[in-house]
Amino acid sequence: MSILYFLVQQTMFFSIPLLIVALGGMFSERGGVINIALEGIMIMGAFTGILFINVFQASIPGQWSLVIAAVISAATGLVVSLAHAYASINMKADQVISGTAINMFAPAFAIYVARMLRTVQQIPFVNTFRIESVPVLGSIPFIGDLFFKNTYITTYLGLLILVGSWFVMYRTKFGLRLRACGEHPQSADSVGINVYRMRYAGVMISGALAGLGGLVFVIPTSTNFNATVSGYGFLALAVLIFGQWKPGKILGAAFFFGLLKATASSYSGIDFLRNIPIPSNVYKMMPYIVTLIVLAFTSKRSQAPKAEGIPYDKGGR
Amino acid sequence: MGNKLKSFLAMNNQASLVASLMAIVAGLAAGFLVLLASNPGQALGGFSAIIGGGFENGKSLGQVLYFATPIIMTGLSVAFASRTGLFNIGASGQFIVGAYAAIVVGVKCSFLPATWVFCLLAAMVAGALWGSIPGLLKAYFNVNEVISCIMMNYIGMYLVNYAITLTVFDSLKNQSMRVANSANMPKLGMDLLFRDGASVSSANSGIFVAILFAVVIYILLEKTKFGFELKACGFNREAARYAGINEKTSIVMSMIIAGALAGVGGALLYLAGSGKGIDVVDVLAAEGFNGIPVALLALNNPIGVIFAGLFVSYLTVGGFNMQLYSFAPQVIEIIIAIIIYFSAFALVFKGLISKGAGKK
Repeated sequence: MSILYFLVQQTMFFSIPLLIVALGGMFSERGGVINIALEGIMIMGAFTGILFINVFQASIPGQWSLVIAAVISAATGLVVSLAHAYASINMKADQVISGTAINMFAPAFAIYVARMLRTVQQIPFVNTFRIESVPVLGSIPFIGDLFFKNTYITTYLGLLILVGSWFVMYRTKFGLRLRACGEHPQSADSVGINVYRMRYAGVMISGALAGLGGLVFVIPTSTNFNATVSGYGFLALAVLIFGQWKPGKILGAAFFFGLLKATASSYSGIDFLRNIPIPSNVYKMMPYIVTLIVLAFTSKRSQAPKAEGIPYDKGGR
Repeated sequence: MGNKLKSFLAMNNQASLVASLMAIVAGLAAGFLVLLASNPGQALGGFSAIIGGGFENGKSLGQVLYFATPIIMTGLSVAFASRTGLFNIGASGQFIVGAYAAIVVGVKCSFLPATWVFCLLAAMVAGALWGSIPGLLKAYFNVNEVISCIMMNYIGMYLVNYAITLTVFDSLKNQSMRVANSANMPKLGMDLLFRDGASVSSANSGIFVAILFAVVIYILLEKTKFGFELKACGFNREAARYAGINEKTSIVMSMIIAGALAGVGGALLYLAGSGKGIDVVDVLAAEGFNGIPVALLALNNPIGVIFAGLFVSYLTVGGFNMQLYSFAPQVIEIIIAIIIYFSAFALVFKGLISKGAGKK
């Protein structure tokens, strides 16, 4: 039983950042802008957030420093995403190019600034954010052990973002308009929606969520930030496509991938898996191989936003 | 008519060049500002190290050629795929399986004459195989090639790490074994030319192989029916199918060729006789991703890729020298990133310039 608890808790650490960042990507892509810069934005968000924790951890108590860091990370992500929005919306540039530029810029910038400030590129932090057991909820049998022990507030923040994303996307005027801009911007424009402004909003939301996701990824899985989020931005992109650009399916995809990742990283702690002679590299490969196979069977009817990646030109209506 | 077309093409090329140069100037200016902001006193010295570092002596010039070789190959891989309508973000995986195949042949098959030829062939086959999987998935299962390429990068990395520990593992250095001497690329006397006193650069004939591939790809894309068909599929799959082109085969062929190019890049990096082996760590090969900016900077022109690769490599070598002025070398990547960002605008400028010329 304790194995099950352990695996679920581990899965959360891997799934929640993927979920947050993929949901961010959803806002950008449903609005019609491909955001391949998620990886770079995650790195920038994690960088400023962890730097803040590193400097202020001693003076701001416990969870509050995490909350403030999360706000800083999200704000950083939002600012960085403006560069992508400007290139792909105002300049009508190829959306892959500015995304690639940000992906290249972010780790270099994080390492450069860290080395100029502190001569080493790693930024350490003390993980005081782990919650042993959530009061009251943690003492519920079974469910408490699964979801409310050995956890972080960011886990619940992630689930909150999921519900919020679904609501915004499908129950608000804004969501409807954003989706229209990703499907058929000409029609959206013809009924008076400002396509540029909607797309800006989509990209900025994706930036804020990706920045936050960077911090959420680093906190439970490491004790220092080394200018990398281990390709999670790219994986989130995969989760987004795997999840068919829909919040519910993205949740499923994120947990599926997170479970495989968690198994790969902690199989040696699980007796019956350790006894099977499978090398660790095969476990590490598993999430990617399985995703490929699942994609092969599910991609025939892809539901990508129709106007995705195509710059909107008012004159071309 | 012929003349008019010629002058238009010349105009178009000039516009591309001007646009790329504008992006480069903007990137360098931004880099200078970064240096100025972080340490005003040393900024000028550091910046001139970036600009002049590659030409400092024979050795640094040789290192420029050495570092340029793999990124020219991955740049070609990305550029070729882009021309046929595919975004090959999987060059990293193709690169590393190619490198592994070359090293295995180089270690185990040293009895073969001119082993390096077989190493390159093995790398080409391995890279092609790795590229073919996203191609097949795209053609027959409609899987987005970006995501399958990302998956193949990780699978390739873990597979190669595993395979190294089984076959050609040097456990002391935690990397792959050294290849036999006959497996290293011929030096062609470049070690005598590109050196600084006793300190020899890693320059070797690999750079000529890379240039040769660039020319072959250029001819393939611009002068052959096959290349035309591949490009047609990139422009419009439906139209290509209507014109009787088998678009499924074209997609697979594009990815196979792109994979082979990246695979050869992997071989050329590790067959330089510099003692470098594949480190068994869970990090994706950076050379694969660096092919993307090279291709972008070259506007996906195979011949342009040669110059873009040399340019990026030149800046990289300058970045090493800049450390004398106590700057972190990452400023080079910042500069390249900004150049790429502005090159996205450059395409727009180019469009404007060409359009303006067309009206006259």
